[in-house]
Amino acid sequence: MSDLKIKVRGLKKAFGPKQVLNGVDLDVPRGKSLVVIGGSGSGKSVLIKCILGLIEPDAGSIEIDGQEVVGMKAAEREDIMRKFGMLFQGSALFDSLPVWENVAFGLIAGRGMARAAAKEVALRKLAAVGLGPEVGELYPAELSGGMQKRVSLARAIAVEPEIIFFDEPTTGLDPIMAQVINELIVKCVQSLGATALSITHDMHSLRAIADQAAMIYEGRIIWAGDAKTIDHSGNAHVEQFVLGRAEGPIRMPVRPL
Amino acid sequence: MVARVLQPIGRTFLASLEASGRLALFTLQSMLHCVAPPFYPRLIVKQMIEIGFYSLPVIGMTAVFTGMVLVLQTYVAVSRLNAESTIPYVVVISLTRELGPVLAGLMLAGRVGAAMAAEIGTMRVTEQIDALRTLSTNPFKYLIAPRLIAAVLVLPVLVAIADIIGVFGGYLVSVYRLDFSPAIYLKNTVDFVETIDIVSGLVKAAAFGFIVALMGTYSGFQSRGGAQGVGKATTDAVVSASILILAANFIITGLFFTR
Repeated sequence: MSDLKIKVRGLKKAFGPKQVLNGVDLDVPRGKSLVVIGGSGSGKSVLIKCILGLIEPDAGSIEIDGQEVVGMKAAEREDIMRKFGMLFQGSALFDSLPVWENVAFGLIAGRGMARAAAKEVALRKLAAVGLGPEVGELYPAELSGGMQKRVSLARAIAVEPEIIFFDEPTTGLDPIMAQVINELIVKCVQSLGATALSITHDMHSLRAIADQAAMIYEGRIIWAGDAKTIDHSGNAHVEQFVLGRAEGPIRMPVRPL
Repeated sequence: MVARVLQPIGRTFLASLEASGRLALFTLQSMLHCVAPPFYPRLIVKQMIEIGFYSLPVIGMTAVFTGMVLVLQTYVAVSRLNAESTIPYVVVISLTRELGPVLAGLMLAGRVGAAMAAEIGTMRVTEQIDALRTLSTNPFKYLIAPRLIAAVLVLPVLVAIADIIGVFGGYLVSVYRLDFSPAIYLKNTVDFVETIDIVSGLVKAAAFGFIVALMGTYSGFQSRGGAQGVGKATTDAVVSASILILAANFIITGLFFTR
């Protein structure tokens, strides 16, 4: 078996005239946590959605456990989906369902588990992210942003996936809650022995959860390596991003007032 | 100069072809998912209550006032010909064949079609539909099929109830305002109405239920770009369903009653 859980080669995707992904090559080793950083509009979300099968790429190859998934039939795709868990940027909780049913959704609707058994699992997962059983009876609209993220994390891990995707997991949270989420991510990924692929522009989050890191810029991966070496990458784009400087090779198209 | 005139026409034509193709594919996919397992009976029942039970007051009020007005207007016309005895016939035929299914369909498009488009549209723009996919759940099976099945099953029941309430509205005005004999009014109603009148109305109701649910879910599913996109989806759902109901009414009437 290959050491790579996810292997992406030459991935391209355009929306109209805008080429968002322009030949992405990315390797995610089995059991590791890889974080992709990049500025807004650099193609991070499109990359993760292509791997998840939510967007069909125009060209290129995506292998999951050595199996090509681009162009796969819908039924086979659903089997591959069973390996995935996903934490969405906006949590994407189902607002018509109570919290416990959100967490148990993949077990009930996706795997046909009985509701009572699924509820037990859901309450266990909620406890694992620090939420009591009383929260299970609330609706998503009654929760704070941080609680919604934790519920979303509980939903992502409820089906015990092999690969967990995190889309901007700490965006919009205060620093303390962001650190709580980061620590929960590390704990959940390690306890499941899962592979994790995250996208973020939060360097604190990267330092907390990443084993490996990569940077995407103008639709390509321009640097990849050990997360600990990101401060000494030797890549001007990465250095500018890490230090958060306005001056550097990455230019924002702004005009003087 | 010619190109400048022809280009927008061509673009509009191609865009309308693309939209028609998208709708046709969506319809085909939705129908396939209605007949292929897994099914979600719990969701179908939930939608039947949402579409059927909660629409009863609106449909009932529409039917009773339509029956009442129908009697008043028909009376003005037939009294000049001394043919007042035909009023029960006109009322029951108009209601069962046309007004019952068409008005119920239009009311449902406004109440249920708009709600479906808004709910599914919001799910689309907040990534809830993407979340469904990542949880190994096909959105067509979970969101679209239960609504289509429920609407097709429930609207004929609503129309049958609307027919009865509408006839009752006509009865009230005929008996208490125009001094008809209650027994003769009811006898004429029962004697004149034929099975085909009721069956054609119920077939129309099933077709209109399909149209309302299809356009509601389609508009929601295709919505893009936040609150404005959801608003547009809601408007599209009501307008397109209303027009399609009127067009389908013409076609089904032709199939049943043209010799």
